[in-house]
Amino acid sequence: MSENKTIRIIVTRQDRPDTAPYEEEFVIPYRPNMNIISALMEIRRNPVNAKGEKTTPVAWEMNCLEEVCGACSMVINGKPRQSCTALIDQLEQPIRLEPMRTFPVIRDLQVDRSRMFDSLKKVKAWIPIDGTYDLGPGPRMPERKRQWAYELSKCMTCGVCLEACPNVNSKSNFIGPAPLSQVRLFNAHPTGEMHKAERLEAIMGDGGLANCGNSQNCVQSCPKGIPLTTSIAALNRAATIQMFRNFFGSDEV
Amino acid sequence: MAQNREFFYRRLHSLLGVIPVGLFLTQHLVVNHFATRGAESFNKAAAFMEQLPFRYFLEVFVIFLPLLFHAIYGLYIAFTAQNNVSRYGYFRNWMFMLQRLTGIITLIFVVWHVWETRVQAAFGAEVNYDMMANIVANPFMLAFYIVGIVSAVFHFANGLWSFFVSWGITVTPRSQQISTYVTMGIFVALSIVGIRAILAFV
Repeated sequence: MSENKTIRIIVTRQDRPDTAPYEEEFVIPYRPNMNIISALMEIRRNPVNAKGEKTTPVAWEMNCLEEVCGACSMVINGKPRQSCTALIDQLEQPIRLEPMRTFPVIRDLQVDRSRMFDSLKKVKAWIPIDGTYDLGPGPRMPERKRQWAYELSKCMTCGVCLEACPNVNSKSNFIGPAPLSQVRLFNAHPTGEMHKAERLEAIMGDGGLANCGNSQNCVQSCPKGIPLTTSIAALNRAATIQMFRNFFGSDEV
Repeated sequence: MAQNREFFYRRLHSLLGVIPVGLFLTQHLVVNHFATRGAESFNKAAAFMEQLPFRYFLEVFVIFLPLLFHAIYGLYIAFTAQNNVSRYGYFRNWMFMLQRLTGIITLIFVVWHVWETRVQAAFGAEVNYDMMANIVANPFMLAFYIVGIVSAVFHFANGLWSFFVSWGITVTPRSQQISTYVTMGIFVALSIVGIRAILAFV
């Protein structure tokens, strides 16, 4: 009986970035412990749709296969998540796969997440330590702070929070929750803190922090459980202080 | 500040919604509540407000200009959102959508309300108990007023919640949760004040 068991998958496909999307249904044989990736690999092995017509294999991205790289994110049964940890046995059928449309679609389920990486550059999500001579060890970080900062460092730039956010869309230039939370991470670091004001001023610019509308979908959707809305509120407080420093003047950096 | 226009405008929008617009709304509903003590009591309170010194200055700087900015920028904010409650039916996402919806309803209501009362007063009509009683004698107008009042109060109460987040006052999920209870308490309390007042004209 188990040999006849099948899986129904409906994929929203798109041949090129500028062509219209269409749906294609696939019926593939069931194997125990399958995830979306292995199902898509099955389609790739035998690219025949449910009508029995030969078609092109579905394009998608993947890399680590253990939910730390973020590359295989897609909308699965209406919710954005990683396809590597989406287990077939836990999904309602037919399984609907769509690309994360917040990003430009390259082909089928493959999207271009460049805007997130550009945002990380914009907010200076790094700690500058390079110099012409050895600067020695930096200041130590309190253990308690390290513990919550570690949670923020789990961000894999997967784009799920941007997909879930109602304020990240083609009508707005909001950079989204992920890069904002990175500002909190790098500002928490004892060496990174030396460039705190620069990062805050970057997110106090257009498309930045103030665009958050507090729908809090991001924190509900984040696969890594990052406290994104706590980060945003904490940054709001830091930005309030920075705003007064900028206007009234301060000796703080 | 030149490049940071959006940040400045958003913060200004958040601030003006509470001070002075939110405070004015509360004061307005409280003064209206005099109507529950009878026509004479309301007329006395309305006359007192009308005879405040520096009335035009107060009206322009405490009511009209802040309200105008809040309304116009708020419309822009509302229309840049792409609501997705059908896909993400979380409580806060509903509140996000309702905040934008009630904002638009409130704007329509306030424009009509200002036209019917303040603008008519400028043309020589007398703002008193009878004026309101005539307006809400029409059941459609009564319903419109109730919807308008409840929308405005919700928009204020929930706006207060996001004000606390936007200014970095409530950071932890716990404080935001308590803030939800408190602001929804304000919503219920002010709605009772507002609806009792409008029903006093019927």
